[in-house]
Amino acid sequence: MNYLIIGNSAAAVGAVEAIRKKDKKGGITILSKEPYLAYSRPLITEFLADLVTEKGMSYRAEDFYKDNQVSLKLGVSAKSIDAKKKVVAASDKKEYSYDKLLISTGGSPIVPPMKGLNKKGIFTLLTLDESKEIKKNLKGAKRVVVIGGGLIGMKAAEGLHEAGIKVTVVELADRILSRILDEKGSSIFESYLKDKGMDIITSDSVVEITGAKKATGVKLKSKKKIVCDMVIMAIGVRPNLDVIKGSGIGTKQGIIVDNRMQTNMADIYAAGDVTQADDMLSGEKRVNAIWPLAFKQGRIAGTNMAGGTKIYEGGFAQNSLSVLGLSTISMGIVDASSKNGYEVITGSGKGKYSYKKFVFDKDTIVGGIFVEDIDRSGIITGLVKERYKVKDNKERFLSEKFGLINLDKTWRDSKLTKPV
Amino acid sequence: MKRVYPKEDACINCKLCEVACLVEHSETKDIFKAYRDVPRTLSKALVEEDGPNSISIQCRHCTDAPCIDACITGAMQRQDDESPVIVDREKCVGCWMCIMACPYGAIQMDVRKKDKHKVSSKCDLCPGRTMPACVEICPNRALFFEDRG
Ligand SMILES: Cc1cc2nc3c(=O)[nH]c(=O)nc-3n(C[C@H](O)[C@H](O)[C@H](O)COP(=O)(O)OP(=O)(O)OC[C@H]3O[C@@H](n4cnc5c(N)ncnc54)[C@H](O)[C@@H]3O)c2cc1C
Ligand code: SF4
Ligand code: SF4
Repeated sequence: MNYLIIGNSAAAVGAVEAIRKKDKKGGITILSKEPYLAYSRPLITEFLADLVTEKGMSYRAEDFYKDNQVSLKLGVSAKSIDAKKKVVAASDKKEYSYDKLLISTGGSPIVPPMKGLNKKGIFTLLTLDESKEIKKNLKGAKRVVVIGGGLIGMKAAEGLHEAGIKVTVVELADRILSRILDEKGSSIFESYLKDKGMDIITSDSVVEITGAKKATGVKLKSKKKIVCDMVIMAIGVRPNLDVIKGSGIGTKQGIIVDNRMQTNMADIYAAGDVTQADDMLSGEKRVNAIWPLAFKQGRIAGTNMAGGTKIYEGGFAQNSLSVLGLSTISMGIVDASSKNGYEVITGSGKGKYSYKKFVFDKDTIVGGIFVEDIDRSGIITGLVKERYKVKDNKERFLSEKFGLINLDKTWRDSKLTKPV
Repeated sequence: MKRVYPKEDACINCKLCEVACLVEHSETKDIFKAYRDVPRTLSKALVEEDGPNSISIQCRHCTDAPCIDACITGAMQRQDDESPVIVDREKCVGCWMCIMACPYGAIQMDVRKKDKHKVSSKCDLCPGRTMPACVEICPNRALFFEDRG
């Protein structure tokens, strides 16, 4: 058996580990556009501020590829897939044949149209190389504008702030972190970060990047102007579908996969940020571009590629984010209220910024937000995954000592008296 | 593999499992010194209570562990399916993805504000021991260390 994997990140590593559990002999080849062993992508913003070393970012031990007999082609991009002949053409002018193919090409940055994009000093931040490049250019820089106030934008802003730069975040929506928090949660973060010296502008957007050859400022829709030495684009990512063009592999926003992570083509699987896979809460197929699901999808794809059977029961949004010392964990449906038909319980814990929210769809728990007091929040992730039903006394979820003991006894016994 | 299983009806809420765990994971393993250690080790077991009921919760060492899926650094690992899930505290960056993922709330946050030290802490089934410290100390046989399949 000959396995070929395109991309070398969370999903790819999950797949390699799963394949090797079932198949010790088959050949595994990885084509990796980036010239690095798999690293922790979420840490590139900490790298920017020297909070972590390049070595500290490696996702697996150095011997990982050797131990798993993986032929790793660093700096080699897949160019096209011929599903009939079962070969992939690559940038090194070679053709790689496969029996089973995994596409885990992740996402590429979204860059919205605006004037002045051709200048120097404008960066996206998705790879270690981009982080290195930004770091080099930071010498002497005083002010940076970050476009986009989502998770990646706020992590980028944090990294720059920690590196001593004055940061302005410009967000199109009326609040930052709008995909992982509700209004209250967003406003807690916004005021906390403003107190720490970060500039945050919402309900506005950059229409032009100004400067001669190099970016020296931005113009906003509101006509406001901001002087800066660098612009970082952090609007978001979309599935990177370049390599599958013309291959016949089915896509919408991402590559459509079934619950075995197989595409519409036999022997071709996809996993990670590039996929549009089952979403448990909406019942639709969605792009859920987060690390835990990328790894898990890779693990499931790998198992199935190697002849096993593992089913993806669907994912949902889950995020853990800390910015300048304030942490939040949220899961499932968070931007909900009685207005859109949900029952919502909110409260706070001990901390100054503490905020908790639990969202129920009738009796089923479907989401939660924890700000500052994030201890044991995973219990809620587990309950959302299981569609756990809560009939009465939903307020108990707010209790500081809330735990498994406050849940159904038969449910608890089923979890704690046998292997799970 | 052998795992720790609590027996709720037998738990008397004495919290000795927490004490034994903390001491076992302290530098000196000496009960008189362990509680004075700065920083103090955390117990990896937690006794939950609700009225008259109580139960000792520790890591389930799950099959297909969600904490391993979620860990962005690879600090959360296990050698193979029969080995305990262990956190490499050198590698951990305290991103709390594992806290977000663990359905049993079995991971603690080991945080020292002063030097920005933040790493996760969890049950390792007491390497080097035949019986985990919490199970051994439990005075009412409310914890079992068994292979239940
Ligand atoms: C700054 C930042 C912070 C983040 N923080 C978090 C967080 O806190 N929590 C979280 O859950 N997620 C976070 N994410 C998202 C997380 O990093 C992704 O979900 C995860 O990396 C997806 O893994 P993947 O394997 O699908 O693909 P990716 O990590 O995107 O890797 C895909 C790889 O494939 C390569 N590739 C693409 N095309 C080709 C080709 N044709 N040939 C060969 N190779 C190719 C790419 O170069 C890349 O190396 C963050 C992302 C960023 C950028
Ligand atoms: S820490 Fe939690 S998720 Fe990880 S193995 Fe233990 S119980 Fe399972
Ligand atoms: S806190 Fe540490 S162990 Fe937990 S997910 Fe983050 S790096 Fe991994």
